[in-house]
Amino acid sequence: MPTAELRKFEKVCEIVEKHGKQASKLIPILQEVQEEYRYLPEEVMTFVATSLGLSPAKVFGVASFYAHFALQAKGKYVLRLCDGTACHVKGSEPILDALYEKLGLSAKKPTSADMLFTIETVSCLGACGLAPVMLVNEKVYGQVSKEKALEIVDQIKQKEDGNASA
Amino acid sequence: MPALKSPLEVAFKGREGMRKIVICTGTGCIANGALEVKEAFERELKAAGFDTIEAFEGLEAVKEPKQAAYLSKSGCQGFCQMGPLVSIMPEDILYTKVKPENVQAIVARTLKAGEVIPELLYVDPGTKARCRSQHTIPFYQRQSRFVLKQCGDLDPENLGEYLAIGGYQAAKGCWQDRTPEQVCKEMLESGLRGRGGGGFPTGKKWELTRVQKSAKKYVICNGDEGDPGAFMDRSVMEGNPHSVIEGMMIAARAIGADEGVVYVRAEYPLAVKRVRKACADARKAGILGQDVFGTGRAFDVNVMEGAGAFVCGEETALMASVEGERGMPSPKPPFPAQSGLWEKPTVINNVETLATVPLIMSMGAAEFRKMGTATSPGTKTFALSGHVRNTGLIEVPFGLTLKEVVHEIGGGVTNRKGKLEPLGFKAVQIGGPSGGCLTKDHLDLPLDFDSLRSIGAMVGSGGLVVMNQGTCMVSIAKYFMRFTQNESCGKCVLCREGTKQMLHLLEDITEGRATLETLDTLQELAQAVQRGSLCGLGKTAPNPVLSTLKHFKGEYLAHVVDKRCPTGECKALARPEIIAEKCKGCTACARKCPVGAITGEAKKPHAISQELCIKCGACAVACQFNAVVGV
Repeated sequence: MPTAELRKFEKVCEIVEKHGKQASKLIPILQEVQEEYRYLPEEVMTFVATSLGLSPAKVFGVASFYAHFALQAKGKYVLRLCDGTACHVKGSEPILDALYEKLGLSAKKPTSADMLFTIETVSCLGACGLAPVMLVNEKVYGQVSKEKALEIVDQIKQKEDGNASA
Repeated sequence: MPALKSPLEVAFKGREGMRKIVICTGTGCIANGALEVKEAFERELKAAGFDTIEAFEGLEAVKEPKQAAYLSKSGCQGFCQMGPLVSIMPEDILYTKVKPENVQAIVARTLKAGEVIPELLYVDPGTKARCRSQHTIPFYQRQSRFVLKQCGDLDPENLGEYLAIGGYQAAKGCWQDRTPEQVCKEMLESGLRGRGGGGFPTGKKWELTRVQKSAKKYVICNGDEGDPGAFMDRSVMEGNPHSVIEGMMIAARAIGADEGVVYVRAEYPLAVKRVRKACADARKAGILGQDVFGTGRAFDVNVMEGAGAFVCGEETALMASVEGERGMPSPKPPFPAQSGLWEKPTVINNVETLATVPLIMSMGAAEFRKMGTATSPGTKTFALSGHVRNTGLIEVPFGLTLKEVVHEIGGGVTNRKGKLEPLGFKAVQIGGPSGGCLTKDHLDLPLDFDSLRSIGAMVGSGGLVVMNQGTCMVSIAKYFMRFTQNESCGKCVLCREGTKQMLHLLEDITEGRATLETLDTLQELAQAVQRGSLCGLGKTAPNPVLSTLKHFKGEYLAHVVDKRCPTGECKALARPEIIAEKCKGCTACARKCPVGAITGEAKKPHAISQELCIKCGACAVACQFNAVVGV
């Protein structure tokens, strides 16, 4: 294995070691690995499987079962629109459609080509009093309207354009 | 055992003249900018010459109470919509929707000059009266805040304050002075029933686990609150994490466990953080660990973050997840009490249940039974949301009627423009995707475990989503079906495939392809899924469909027979029209229409071209005269 590849797994080794190479800690291990890479690359999952003495199929089985694990790379800004009951009845669907349209994305193609945006829905963020709710990475926006959601996207775009030209 | 003291009493004792400023830092208030408000307070208090106390421990050092301001944060106070909330004590003033730029005025006018700032008080939309403190606001007046009480008063990240009000005394009493049998007996006598949905008596669950002979037993706190529209467990974990740990310690004493796990949803990062901190603090203080309260017996708690699977709220699936497996349920028996986590006897209780336990132990079972009804004693928190004026977290004694909750606490039903509409009530969805809907016929129904079960609904985890006349019940059933279909773990064929086919049938109905036969097939399949599924998810997944079919059959028939959605929500069936008699010709709709489908002269009735119309509904929203119908 070339050195660059080895270095790539250094952090994963650390995480696996930290959990005492216990197979029962697979979920916390994958969570920490994902924090590092922002998703679970296939070769990393295979690596985790080997170090825990599990089959890659088993690790893939767990990773694909839980919604929190991403098997594909995500954009820099992950827009999570809550589609819990309260948000749904307060009109989260039209907001989602507007965001998809604006960024040219869909449920099948959730990440923009420039890797800036990913649009996801989540079942409930538990902030129902503020419905409809949108999350941009970790920041919560409450009582979002179609206009407000599009404005948030514009602001991010402006900021990124500013960074690029600076 | 002594009853708990109030945090205010503890903070002010011997420090008369001091001010306590409580900023709500629940998820809702943080989203509205509570942390910025707190920073502004830090700045302004300093500028105004106050000695600011940041944490409970700092109170000891207060020399001149009149110059001191205790800047504390609290967990969710439930009135999320009006956040950020700031209370000033001892005057007991509640300011709502506070912005950082208001803080200077609060310090100068309220803290220094002692006056109330009327603009920041909550205005009751009904009476237009300004409410000075929490207990004068109608939203709070009808509630009995018992489990949630301390969520709004305590600093959730401070063990010292929890100890000062008498926290962990109940656990200490159980570990030092009571036998496991006595603890179980007290719990049985209290009649406490699991708040997670099933309503199984907690004392019975503990007793079943206690009698198992095993050197190793576990206590699990189920904080995988997956029901969309429910957030009471989140609020308790964020607002009073120590009460949950104390509840687990009492459960551990009752059954003889030495290890506990709190399983928290990944979607609740703040709850994860606060429960982790609470565990670490309790461990540091010697409350958790190898020698609990000097008894020589051990108990420790670990926190595990879920990874996003609704089915993990089911106890056997949750345990599989803790073991590092896919969260798939397994058949019962054996029950967790006999063979649970790592095949050891396990008690698994919901967050709210566990938070109630220390309160029962300090007040006694008999006192607890004075609240609620005979078969459902105590209080229940509900997450009230949807089309009501006041949304948020509420706590009421069991037995309050639906009407009282929706109209008095909720402040009435709103229409799609957010305005109050006295006759707007259509239904309440209770218990999330496993529950059913309650209609206006049920407005006088007492909310308790058995009354709800008798009409085919359930308390569930306690989500109450109010829906107005503009909500299509077929769409709601479809929404829940899509949710459960997505979250089915795939183990049982009838749940995996049945929910999918049910979703297709519902899509046929909302898109105009259905016949009367579709309704029969839907009903038949719903019953089959109920019978053929292993766990609660599949067994209850058809409930929203069955209950809407029962109470809103007419609406289904309109979709199927007339190919018409009475509320206009199903876009495929929508045929928006303008009622000529109501139209004033103001041209508002025509200007809003994105495709130019509305034509007509000013001051004369307009018309919509069905060929051009994309059924977006913008015209109906724009119309001030309710002249647009069918969309």
